[in-house]
Amino acid sequence: MDHSYFEHLNLFRISIFEFRIYLKMLPEALFNTLRAQIARAESPREMAIDVMFALQNHYGCLSDEALEEGARLLRMTPLELEEIATFYDFIYREPVGRYVIHLCDGVVCWMNGYSSVLDYLFKKLGIGLGETTKDGLFTILPTACIGYCDLSPAVLVNGRPYGPLTPEKIDELLERFKGEVRRSRVV
Amino acid sequence: MVPKVLFQNRKPDRIATLEEYRQSGGYQALATVLQKYSPKEVQQIVVDSGLQGRGGAGFPAGLKWKSVADDAPFPRYLITNIDEMEPGTFKDRVMTHADPHMIIEGTILAAYSVSSEKGFIFVRPSYENSARIMERELNVAREAGYLGKNILGSNFSFELVVHRSGGRYICGEGTAQINAIMGKRAHPQQSPPRSTEKGLWEKPTVLNNMETLVNVPHILRNGAEWFKSLAKTKTASGTKLYCVSGKVKHPGCYELPMGTRLSEIIEEHAGGLLPGSDFKTCLPGGASTYFLQKKHYDMEMDYESTKKAGNRLGTGAVIVFDQKTCLVGATLNLLDFFVRESCGFCTPCREALPFIRDLIRRIEEGDGKEDFIPILRRMSQHTWKSYCAFSPGATMPVTSLLDNFPEEVHEHISQKKCPYKG
Repeated sequence: MDHSYFEHLNLFRISIFEFRIYLKMLPEALFNTLRAQIARAESPREMAIDVMFALQNHYGCLSDEALEEGARLLRMTPLELEEIATFYDFIYREPVGRYVIHLCDGVVCWMNGYSSVLDYLFKKLGIGLGETTKDGLFTILPTACIGYCDLSPAVLVNGRPYGPLTPEKIDELLERFKGEVRRSRVV
Repeated sequence: MVPKVLFQNRKPDRIATLEEYRQSGGYQALATVLQKYSPKEVQQIVVDSGLQGRGGAGFPAGLKWKSVADDAPFPRYLITNIDEMEPGTFKDRVMTHADPHMIIEGTILAAYSVSSEKGFIFVRPSYENSARIMERELNVAREAGYLGKNILGSNFSFELVVHRSGGRYICGEGTAQINAIMGKRAHPQQSPPRSTEKGLWEKPTVLNNMETLVNVPHILRNGAEWFKSLAKTKTASGTKLYCVSGKVKHPGCYELPMGTRLSEIIEEHAGGLLPGSDFKTCLPGGASTYFLQKKHYDMEMDYESTKKAGNRLGTGAVIVFDQKTCLVGATLNLLDFFVRESCGFCTPCREALPFIRDLIRRIEEGDGKEDFIPILRRMSQHTWKSYCAFSPGATMPVTSLLDNFPEEVHEHISQKKCPYKG
């Protein structure tokens, strides 16, 4: 066991609250990877976004606990990290679905049928912007021009681009994602 | 025949490898420069070539590098900007998927010219693919001896890493990007001091658009005069990656000589307008430019000529609108974008933009009054007093809507509805 892992934790002095977070800590491999990344950076804060992305990928979103864990890794206060977290579109401070649909509302997608794509997605999933389906599978978020104007109207789903979107293509995508989930449950 | 320089190794289905880049002459400039040229000589060649920053402002790249003082402290930093979030712009995405080593070589050469030893490639989260490509190819370059300590046996050492953004338009602004990299909230900073004097961690920092840097290896290999001769106009130099989107048959990114006419870009390269669509106007360089007056349809697309036509080249991203698209609606969409993306740090931007957006929305929804027009003009003027260029850019579509398409605004007001909606 790497002793420096514990060095900042004086076990006799930590509060119950801190101990609880300690128990929920990241897997050691991920923790060590992040710490190594931070050590290579010019200053720890430089890795703030990478650390938040890693925590978010691990926990599903950047929960309050994850934020505090990240702040400790980065040697920042939770408030300082919160200040950055809330600034960005791709940091999720609230729980999101397994598939996060970033729907591009840039001007090119707007003129190429954004609103019909939006309506179709709303109807199909029964949710609005910023909401998550009851089964926890899908979240739709409004997003500034994603830079796929040659494939407009376009979306990013978990970082992957899809377009030009039509009702048929949306059906096909949603089915594909649901199929992925079914297969992962069987395994 | 249109010369292919930046896209010479672009393939329809895959990314050019290091070997393919080398076969096309890649990394020759770096080898030559490290053996024969001083940093000052590199700067001078780039100044002579007339290379202008491709991010939108058009500032001469060589002069930016020269503004790092000889006795400036170390370490000095270099940033390659792949944050492009200007609506309609996707050239950086295409370039990273075409020839990543051209970006790496350009960055190393720029770093050499300002004696920088550490660089960052700043990538937006929508381009996670680009970030991964760059990370992979940086490792390839490192193994080949183009990055790291004593590059190609010289005294020059340079390390280059990918820095991921969390996704916010303002991070494309140079000083905001510097704050973002340092892990601070990405607000713009006011100059002086300029970033080349005090940037990252108070040290000299040079920030260039990716498209600016990919030109550098070619300039150093073929000379300043060759680079100038690539352009169609006398005041411009090199080629440009024009992105065309909107109501055209073949939206895409096209490498053409700087100064190519707008009509040629739209008709010959993007295949003209879609069947049933007629050209109404375009934003010639992304969202922060002016709706084009029809008389400028033949405009030469370079910095000088667009300026003469009262417009801006911006990022060279041509967004084409047809006669069936409502420009008040388009302006409302653009303002929604700018209002959301404003960092909220300074008052003219934070307060004026939502105000302008609400007036435009009322006009679009049939609740507009003629009195709104002078208010819109006055509020748009105020945005020029803001901290950075974001807010003036945001009102360019507004003022050009009022100036160039007044009848469309009046129709909305007099008919008390959007005439484009049934």
